[in-house]
Amino acid sequence: MRTSRATRTTRSRRAVVLVTTVLSATALLATGCSSSGSSSDKAADPNEKITLTVGDFGTFGFKEAGLFDAYTALHPNITVKENTTTQEADYWTAVQTHLAAGSGLDDIQALEVGRIALATSDALSGSFQDLSKAPGIKKDDYLPWKWQQATTASGKTIGLGTDVGPMAVCYRQDLFQAAGLPSDPAAVSALWAGDWAKYVEVGKQFQAKAAKGTFFMDSATGLFNATVSSSTEQYYKNGKLNYKDSASVKTAWDLAMKADAAGSSQGLKEFDPTWQTAFTQSTFATTICPSWQQANIEKYSGPANAGKWNVAQAPAAGNWGGSFLSVPSSGKHVAAAQDLVAWLSAPEQQAKVFQKVGNIPSNQNAYALPGVTDFKNPYIGPNAPTGQIFSTAAKAIKPAETGPKAGDLQTAFSNGILLVEQNGKSAGDAWNETVKQIDSTIQ
Amino acid sequence: MYRWDTKGSPYAFVSPFFLVFAAFGLFPLLYTGWLSLHQVSLYNVDQAKWVGLKNYTDLFTGPPSHFFWNALGNTFTLGILSTVPQLMIAIGLAHLLNYKLRASSFFRTALLAPYATSVAAATLVFALIFSPESGMANWFLGLFGVDPVAWEAGEWTSQLAISLIVTWRWTGYNALIFLAAMQAVPGDLYEAAALDGASRWKQFLHVTVPALRPTILFTVVVSTIGATQLFGEPFLFGGQSGHQGGTAHQYETLGVFMYDQGFRNSMLGRASAIAWTMFALLLLIGLVNALIARRLRKSQ
Repeated sequence: MRTSRATRTTRSRRAVVLVTTVLSATALLATGCSSSGSSSDKAADPNEKITLTVGDFGTFGFKEAGLFDAYTALHPNITVKENTTTQEADYWTAVQTHLAAGSGLDDIQALEVGRIALATSDALSGSFQDLSKAPGIKKDDYLPWKWQQATTASGKTIGLGTDVGPMAVCYRQDLFQAAGLPSDPAAVSALWAGDWAKYVEVGKQFQAKAAKGTFFMDSATGLFNATVSSSTEQYYKNGKLNYKDSASVKTAWDLAMKADAAGSSQGLKEFDPTWQTAFTQSTFATTICPSWQQANIEKYSGPANAGKWNVAQAPAAGNWGGSFLSVPSSGKHVAAAQDLVAWLSAPEQQAKVFQKVGNIPSNQNAYALPGVTDFKNPYIGPNAPTGQIFSTAAKAIKPAETGPKAGDLQTAFSNGILLVEQNGKSAGDAWNETVKQIDSTIQ
Repeated sequence: MYRWDTKGSPYAFVSPFFLVFAAFGLFPLLYTGWLSLHQVSLYNVDQAKWVGLKNYTDLFTGPPSHFFWNALGNTFTLGILSTVPQLMIAIGLAHLLNYKLRASSFFRTALLAPYATSVAAATLVFALIFSPESGMANWFLGLFGVDPVAWEAGEWTSQLAISLIVTWRWTGYNALIFLAAMQAVPGDLYEAAALDGASRWKQFLHVTVPALRPTILFTVVVSTIGATQLFGEPFLFGGQSGHQGGTAHQYETLGVFMYDQGFRNSMLGRASAIAWTMFALLLLIGLVNALIARRLRKSQ
């Protein structure tokens, strides 16, 4: 999911100690008395006037695509209210504490892909409804790996996929032309087809001819994430953390180091304000482009750079980001919430969200609908086959084993690469620091 | 009945404070202490596993010890970097404001403006000022031909930037406390000193500062506590990597470390151990201050 980090909640100096203690205290008090009140007596009246709340973060696009109003039009007794948090990290902190307390959750809670392994673990999965048994929901409609991600070891599916994050590479065609490289999407895709190492090589070619102050890529962290994300073996193997021996982590790390050594990366911290302004200032030529990234590119590059961006296929298909909708069992209107989740996840609705905000559907049937595969982004490469590039990538993604700490490891490695790019550490030192960091987060 | 009333009522009147304190102060404190002896994750607080002092030994010698000592060191250097200039500027400002001034109430209010600004707003502005690409700090240095500094990435530059935010926010607050104390100094002391031919600077050194000693001690204690718990400024200054005090943990304070362990890595037990270590540290600082205060009182 998108995680632009422009603002953050205020936390005063002293609040930290208090927050930790008070939260834990509340949790203890609340768990002691949460066993009363059940949802079993709620099935009585189907026409009862109810309000369903949907908790999510960033831009899910439901409201933007007018889906909540459309649902109320179909079911006049149901009003839908969306509770949105800008930052996923803040959102997840709140969900965790509500889960711990067993109360305060919305009828529907969105879950980011980085949290799904945790949510499907024994520790948390008990708090959610099994959606595979809910009426109107069919397993075969969804991308198999996406369905699998939200399914527990015992076969309970706690979330339905909203969007997926198939990757492409977005590039500045004007800067490519200036460096003597092809600028047509098909030709650019061919430059690096099949291997991320070729992408790094193209970077060297670009850098040799690039104007002073322009770089081939925004950050080697994007390259690292992309390389790991397009491999079937990532941070976990057979349920165990395996990052030290994982071939893809090693390849990705080496590639990132190579790109940095070649001087083709600007070394920006992704999603930070400096990264955002670099879009406006046109200082880099490519960025790794999961479908949700399109919105960021348009937002930060601004109208002055309209028509300069284009989109090409990534060297290898992979997934970065994407979310799920879950129904917590503690809700008052569990059955109605399940119906709403099923409706929101149907192909027609996911296609509408895609056209409005660019989130690629996880429901396979949506790809066949008009306006999806033939979609073209008016801002990014108006003539590029954007819808086709992303849906081809989505279908080509191979399932990868993930685990509860996957999101944290991704962050730790991104930081490790920045240690080289920004803090001037050697590759060896940065690797050791990263391992130290990861070891310190495992208990 | 009357006896019960006279004896009992005062206790009844003060009880709300103690009840609220017990619920929101004492209980969380003890509960945090209990948690610090367990391995417990944020979302399964009821499934705590007893580990004894392991969280503490981990902090001092185990896997996270590298980051703990680093955070302790940073808390100390950031504390010195912000507290010392902050109090010195504050006392100077207060001295100036203590003269008869036109629009003195305007200046006094203006002093409090930074304190009234939210940490988030102030830190965001300072983060922009210290941004490496287009920040005001680098523009200013550029006027003198100095190359752009990567403020956030450097160990000392980032700490300097953060202590500047802290100093900016708290100087006015301390200045007002000093000013209040200065106004309680009898005017004839200054008159006598002036008659003896003491300059304004000499008056400040030999009349004002000695009279302010208890106040200075108070502000030192309060600022030290604030510095030990420093969280908002480094957390927000770091943007994406603020939760660990920069990519290289270069300005991670104990407060930030505790947040990262507790809320990012959901290790509530370890976070509680950090909280108690900070608490012990503050008690120690309080003790040292009390000793110094006693010394001062004796020497007077």
